[in-house]
Amino acid sequence: MKREIISLQEVTFTYAEEDIGIRPAIQNVSYTINEGEWVAIVGHNGSGKSTLARLMNGLLFPQTGTVRIFGEPLNEHNLWDTRSKMGMVFQNPDNQFVGATVQDDVAFALENNGIPFEEMVERVHASLAKVKMSDFMNSEPHHLSGGQKQRVAIAGAIALQPSILLLDEATSMLDPQGREEVLQTVHELRKETDLTVISITHDLEEALLADRVIVMNQGEKYATGSPHEVFERGQELIDLGLDLPFAMNMSRLLRAQGVQLVADHMSEEELVNDLWTSHFNK
Amino acid sequence: MLEKMIFGRYIPGDSFIHRLDARAKLLFVFFFIMVVFIANNWITYGILLVFTFLIIKLSKIRLYFLINGLKPVVFLIIFTFLLHLFFTREGPIILDWKFIKIYEEGLKQGIFISIRFTVLVILTSILTLTTTPISITDALEILLNPLKKWKLPVHELALMMSISLRFIPTLMDETDKIMKAQMARGSDMTTGNMKERMNAIVPLLIPLFVSAFKRAEDLATAMEVRGYRGGEGRTRYRKLEWALRDTLTLLTLVVLAVILVYFRN
Repeated sequence: MKREIISLQEVTFTYAEEDIGIRPAIQNVSYTINEGEWVAIVGHNGSGKSTLARLMNGLLFPQTGTVRIFGEPLNEHNLWDTRSKMGMVFQNPDNQFVGATVQDDVAFALENNGIPFEEMVERVHASLAKVKMSDFMNSEPHHLSGGQKQRVAIAGAIALQPSILLLDEATSMLDPQGREEVLQTVHELRKETDLTVISITHDLEEALLADRVIVMNQGEKYATGSPHEVFERGQELIDLGLDLPFAMNMSRLLRAQGVQLVADHMSEEELVNDLWTSHFNK
Repeated sequence: MLEKMIFGRYIPGDSFIHRLDARAKLLFVFFFIMVVFIANNWITYGILLVFTFLIIKLSKIRLYFLINGLKPVVFLIIFTFLLHLFFTREGPIILDWKFIKIYEEGLKQGIFISIRFTVLVILTSILTLTTTPISITDALEILLNPLKKWKLPVHELALMMSISLRFIPTLMDETDKIMKAQMARGSDMTTGNMKERMNAIVPLLIPLFVSAFKRAEDLATAMEVRGYRGGEGRTRYRKLEWALRDTLTLLTLVVLAVILVYFRN
């Protein structure tokens, strides 16, 4: 049994406390995330998924319910300690780049946490090597692509050697190539370390990579399960304003046209394999 | 159009001057401004010119960049030169034409002041041309550190400065984009009289401000998440290293001052 790393219990949060008429941004949400898991939180705009991110790292505190991190309730005393164990990457690559150059930016969180100079240099080099940005050490942010900036942001987050990496729509402003770069980087990081990844996204291709998916709708937890279980719901997800992954959509449309397909398809590869072998199965 | 307005104008290089510690360079320029005022005759101003020329040579900066640095102040130099030329009434008259009388002392003072100005502008240009803005910020933070005793928020000021420098290219790009977007909607920014042009800037500035505030908010959140809690208990990634050459450079200034004092009237 894996150790629990983040757990929310009956959390409710509203931005407008005085205004009772307004629906809370988060309503009675509970879930537990275990060490080493990759969990995707999906939902359309306004489903409360970004608010969840802010609740998990103490940028916001819930009105009712508790947020527990490493088994301890998150409060103002352990806030900074918690943040040092949780790296976070935001949506806009430009607005989270603090340093004047790549290496300064990676060092920023280390400086904040008072890491001694010699260790800092080592960690900056190691983190940049992990995201394959070592050649850009002295580059300034405006000379980098969006995907590269996000990789630097990941390097800055993992330099602190956190247990959790929280991606808040980290790929949504990137072009397909940049998105691929970033997801590939996260994938490789997980192979090497026991990093827990929580990705908040409306991109279902990204959710497919996760071990578990939590679907949010109107501030409430709508469904949870493996990507396979969740995407089997098909039409239900579309009604929530979500898209299906390309391969699933494609196979749905093919079936509607009367093409005989054997299984459900999560990835393009599975679909292609099923298609070219479909004649043999007859 | 916007590419020309590059602030800082750092030119990468590997000259002796480039390698000097930013603190040494800052202090050097600061004390040089005082030393310049010792000069008061042809020999001493001549020495200053030679000294400056040596520094230019050492910095290996192309003269083109220095002349560019001088351009904005040329008017000021000429103006002060003329002021001294016409209004100093000492020594023998060297030109007397209708109502204009030019005295020898006026001409001399005019030339001296011009030299003083030129030398100062050249040296400060060399400082910014050979030092990255970020090193200058670091150097300022360290040099101003003692002022913390009087509650001057030195760390915060330095951080503000480095973040502003970091965002200049980002906001330039943004300005360019907004400008094109507004031009595509038919706004005309390049023709018309002064007042019309001023009015045309408003639709440029408002979106720029809105987005700058949005960016500031995002940045603040990102900084908080990454554990920024002000200057207390922070370590520094950038280290400035004071070497022997930095001490020697400052000593040349003392030597220069002694020579100037010896030769002045």
